[in-house]
Amino acid sequence: MADKPWVAFYWCASCGGCEEAVVDIAEKILDVVEAVNIGFWPVALDFKREDVESRPDGFFVASFVNGAVRTSEQEEMVKLLRKKSRLIFAFGSCSHLGGIPGLANLYSREEIFDYVYRKSPSTENPGETLPAENSRENGNELHLPEFYDRVYSLDQVIPVDYYIPGCAPPPDIVMNALEALLEGKLPDKGAVLSPNKALCSTCPLNETKPEKLLIRELKRPHEFQADPEKCFLTQGLLCMGPATRTGCGERCIRAGMPCRGCFGPLDNALDQGLSMLSALASILDFTPQEKEELERVLGACPDPAGTLYRFSLPSSILKGKRRL
Amino acid sequence: MHEPKIIAFFCNWCTYTAADLAGVSRMSYAPNVRIIRVMCSGRVDPELVIKAFDLGADGVLIGGCHPGDCHYQNGNHKTLRRYILLKRLLSQMGIEPERLRLEWISASEGEKVRRVCNEFTEQIRGLGPLRREVKNGG
Repeated sequence: MADKPWVAFYWCASCGGCEEAVVDIAEKILDVVEAVNIGFWPVALDFKREDVESRPDGFFVASFVNGAVRTSEQEEMVKLLRKKSRLIFAFGSCSHLGGIPGLANLYSREEIFDYVYRKSPSTENPGETLPAENSRENGNELHLPEFYDRVYSLDQVIPVDYYIPGCAPPPDIVMNALEALLEGKLPDKGAVLSPNKALCSTCPLNETKPEKLLIRELKRPHEFQADPEKCFLTQGLLCMGPATRTGCGERCIRAGMPCRGCFGPLDNALDQGLSMLSALASILDFTPQEKEELERVLGACPDPAGTLYRFSLPSSILKGKRRL
Repeated sequence: MHEPKIIAFFCNWCTYTAADLAGVSRMSYAPNVRIIRVMCSGRVDPELVIKAFDLGADGVLIGGCHPGDCHYQNGNHKTLRRYILLKRLLSQMGIEPERLRLEWISASEGEKVRRVCNEFTEQIRGLGPLRREVKNGG
């Protein structure tokens, strides 16, 4: 036990799917446990903060952190893990790019609290109680972590060494990362551990894509029965394939759904949403004289920010909505 | 008074040549516009526009050839489609869509460069400075 390397797993603003993804490596997890000691994994085993604090700096060979950073507690924990770990792996879309929770960057903290604790139809809160960092209840002082005004990807809070992409990362991507770590075959720091190619290049429907892809209409997946064996873009469905990194095994495509972009942008793209916007502008077959017609067709995409930045808003150039 | 910063991407074949013409004709116009020459308005990647806003531009102006006159046949058609998409995105991102403007200006329209730069500068002045990113925690 003594000479096996120690690893840690932690979660921040996430759904728990990434924790599932660790278990999804199935029986291979036994090989992993054979090779490492798990020194911190609060979701699965009984660990406390002290189990990290009491360790010397650089004790863990690697920490796998999933989830975006939204609260002061999460910030504190990832800073602690950074100190105690030689390598930090951002695990999954939320920690890599900000993820779905990152869409909250379209709203301020006040707007979120107002909706969640006052206006949402399922909320009953007659006293209009809002979470407060400090409060008193029956003579006891209560403290809650600060809820920041925006969501951060992990590398906006601490330096990150490697990224394991995906919502959630598929088992082979997780296993490859673990094997590379254990065999000392990791690439240069800063790498996203998935091929730097667009999803379209590995898509099973790629051969059904015409030489020159042009579309005259946009559709939404619930509006019609898409042909699961034909390139979704040619059918007018907004598929993020052209702007998204591959490596996912085309799970969504094989299940009859267009790509939503969870693997994030390719290495040379600054901003996944804008890459897709640019790709879309190139294939929408409208002349300048047909401007009104184009505006009408774009009505089928009522939420461009939510669609183009479904997983990557906090790590985009603008990072979220500009507010006063 | 707030002096707006405006980044202008002008295409080499039409609008930039028109700006040159405005210059040699000794026309004067708002000094707020910083012109960047690109080979085609179709080369103006949305990333360039958003990056300009992010780095402190209060307005972004794109100038290209009139439809049908593009040196590369239809580069400006793509520009227009990107511009329409970008405007929709900008309003969701809390940036007034009016801060982005697209104009077709041919090589002979030096006067139009002067008018558009002046008009746009006044319009952006009216909108005031672009909201800066909120920094908090993290």
